[in-house]
Amino acid sequence: MISLNVNGKNYRVNVSDDMPLLWVIRDYLKLTGTKYGCGIGECGACTVHIDGKAERSCAIPVKKAQGRKIVTIEGLPENHPVKRAWIKEQVVQCGYCQPGIMMQVAALISSKPKPSADQVINAMDDVICRCGTYPRIKRGIKAALEIMRKEG
Amino acid sequence: MINKPISRRSFLKITGLTIAVSATPFGYNVINASAQKEGSFKPNVWFEITPDNKITITLGISEMGQGSSTALPMIIADELEADWKQVRIQQGPASGAFKNPVFDDQITVGSASVRGFYEPLRKAGASGRAMLIKAAAQNWKVPEGECQAFNGTVKHKKSNRSLTYGQLCLKAAKLEIPKDPPLKNESEFRYIGKSMPRLDIPAKVSGAAIFGLDVNVPDMLYAAIARPPAYGAKPISYDQKAAEGVKGVRTAFPTPQGIFVCAESLDAAWKGREALKVKWDQGTHPSMNTDSIEKHFMEGLNKQGAIAKNVGDVKKALSGASKKVEANYFVPFVAHATMEPMNCTAHVQKDRCDIWAPTQAQILGQIFASQISGLPMDKIHIHTTFLGCGLGRRGAFPDFIIEAVIASKAVGKPVKVVWSREEDIKYDFYRAATCQKIEAGLDSQGRLIAWSHKVACSSILKFLNPAWIKDGVDFFSLWGIVDAPIPPVYSHTVYEFPNFYVEQYLSDLPIPVAPWRSVQNAPNAFVMECFMDELAHAAGKDPVEFRMHLLSNNMRARRVLQTVAEKAGWGKPVPKGKGRGIAQHSCFGSYVAQVADVSVNEKDGTIKVDRIVAAVDCGPAVNPNAVVAQIEGSVVEGVSTALKEQVEFGNGGVKTANFNDYHIIRMSEIPEIEVHIVKSNEAIGGIGEPGVPPTAPAVGNAIFNATGARIRRIPFTPERVLAAIKSNKT
Repeated sequence: MISLNVNGKNYRVNVSDDMPLLWVIRDYLKLTGTKYGCGIGECGACTVHIDGKAERSCAIPVKKAQGRKIVTIEGLPENHPVKRAWIKEQVVQCGYCQPGIMMQVAALISSKPKPSADQVINAMDDVICRCGTYPRIKRGIKAALEIMRKEG
Repeated sequence: MINKPISRRSFLKITGLTIAVSATPFGYNVINASAQKEGSFKPNVWFEITPDNKITITLGISEMGQGSSTALPMIIADELEADWKQVRIQQGPASGAFKNPVFDDQITVGSASVRGFYEPLRKAGASGRAMLIKAAAQNWKVPEGECQAFNGTVKHKKSNRSLTYGQLCLKAAKLEIPKDPPLKNESEFRYIGKSMPRLDIPAKVSGAAIFGLDVNVPDMLYAAIARPPAYGAKPISYDQKAAEGVKGVRTAFPTPQGIFVCAESLDAAWKGREALKVKWDQGTHPSMNTDSIEKHFMEGLNKQGAIAKNVGDVKKALSGASKKVEANYFVPFVAHATMEPMNCTAHVQKDRCDIWAPTQAQILGQIFASQISGLPMDKIHIHTTFLGCGLGRRGAFPDFIIEAVIASKAVGKPVKVVWSREEDIKYDFYRAATCQKIEAGLDSQGRLIAWSHKVACSSILKFLNPAWIKDGVDFFSLWGIVDAPIPPVYSHTVYEFPNFYVEQYLSDLPIPVAPWRSVQNAPNAFVMECFMDELAHAAGKDPVEFRMHLLSNNMRARRVLQTVAEKAGWGKPVPKGKGRGIAQHSCFGSYVAQVADVSVNEKDGTIKVDRIVAAVDCGPAVNPNAVVAQIEGSVVEGVSTALKEQVEFGNGGVKTANFNDYHIIRMSEIPEIEVHIVKSNEAIGGIGEPGVPPTAPAVGNAIFNATGARIRRIPFTPERVLAAIKSNKT
């Protein structure tokens, strides 16, 4: 039995210790907003927050996530600056990679409310969008920072 | 073309005003479907107005990010004069009623959704509006001409009365469909031409949107498939017992597709697949690798091909030319690598088969599922989910659907088949590789007088539909060079060459290929537009001016070229180490020209594309912000293929496996992108694909402009750039 805290809720799941956290979140907790893209931590589609940091859930055995605070895209509030900015800037195309990308951005701007251009690129080069929404992701990040700045 | 209004008086129940559009082999019909028998009218509903004042639009197209699931409702809502807030969308089933008039098939490919449905849906919306007005006029006993529809209500100004569409829908449903409903003037549009927020975005942002991989059916099993590592390889041995001994694995069994492992979790299915420890034979082409493939295509240039075009007398014109230019180009295999890997969930039961799939081709899926399950077509229920990108991969051979149906039929339960990223890249149907040789001749004034073109390429039609290969020519693989002798819905070349010869040699390699965003328009535009640049320089002419001379009869192509040149500052000097290149291409009814600005690091060979300026004429731009998004995405993908993407082969199979060796462009590598939509009242064109083809050649021409080195193959890797610069200097 593995105990998990996801989006503020406690779960107990009967899975093997080495099952990637991603599949537990998706197939056992039925939180399917977190996506599978590569299984090797290269694309970022599976990004969740673990203790406030953006992590690749496809590359973390579930056992290692036990006792830690996990947040998925469903746990990011609807009025979160990133979610609002993504709608305002119409960032999304197919949308498959976007939950992971939004979680990556949310972690970035909460740790660095005034990120330099290099810090943004460094964080964002870890994720892939096949539709090519990168120009709008850039605009989305700016809009999210603006919302944060205005609302404190 | 609205013919034969169908009015059925023998209805059982009317739930509202229901309008349908149905494609016919010669066009389409707009139908009042309200009066059809209950249970039979649902599948062909396009939109329905109900007494609760809601308008529900049912979509037969697949939404893969292109935005058609917002654009089509915009068209209906505008002509219907609906309040956008009333509009709901829902995904429709596989049904002949959703056939796109462009193809007479329910398939979301060829940048055809908005293009194919623009006119039918305007007429359908206008029909609904006319019927609602008539219903109101009858109700008030006033002339129709005194009634006006506005924002979901019909008003009678004289008496200051109004009724909502919800209040009118039951009465309107009993009316006949009007023969020729008046369409709005462009100036009356309220949604078309305005940037509307996309209807699919909120669910995609919240995380609630359901893609194929997110489908969950009670009691479902997961299947993984052990697939041959080399083309044509067969299993010699495998350990079925070991696989079935893995905790959670229910069963393992061989099929022609590979060895299936069905389990209670995906993790168990993948572990079971490992435990199979399959030994494979070496397949049919054991020595095939990246180098041998390239050599194969080069040699193809010297083999006899089929003649695709022969205008004038190329040989004679070439022999009389003042100047001859000759070059060979190569474009490698490229993967779709959609972010959502191939997957499908199926449940085959005695009397029905349900399929939940991120598919671009519902009816094709139905056909295969019917064959495998043995159930008739109308018992195959396709539930289309959101698609985590399509790029053509999900509209070709429906292998993912076939596998899920096979698995469910075998185990008697619902089964979800999930491909790993490695499978998705290794078992893709790639963008076709092509090797091309062009010889062209210029006269003494530098005018193009002859163009002789040999193409050696993989054949898309061999895999898609061999019956469409005509006299040995695969026109799908020639889009952008010559047009197929069918209506020009995909490819409409714009240059006029007085003497023009095209010959095509089709490769017999076992590597499967399929349409990849814009199909062969993109690889072929790379060759055509780079070579056009070579010719302009050989003629001592400006590349824009040189092209204009060959486009004298094509105003749309001229206009995008002119626009992009102006907007990008064409002709103004560029700093040292930087270069500027231009290219244009038209396909799927739209015209796009692009200017690329690049920086070349001559020490390490790296290219940075600084800026791409694009001009597009797609006729009416229904949702302009979505049009811009499609061009932006196309440019990003175009730069990705220009700089990075190439599938590697070895030991008769595919070596490339995941995003650590199949490199896709990332944020730091994208250019600034500027998109200019040229105002146009021309026929509506597609927008999902036409932005891709001009990018790679514009970048290649910019590299030439910066360095004087012409690189005739993509991707422009640092090694290739360095080698070209070095050989240019010696």
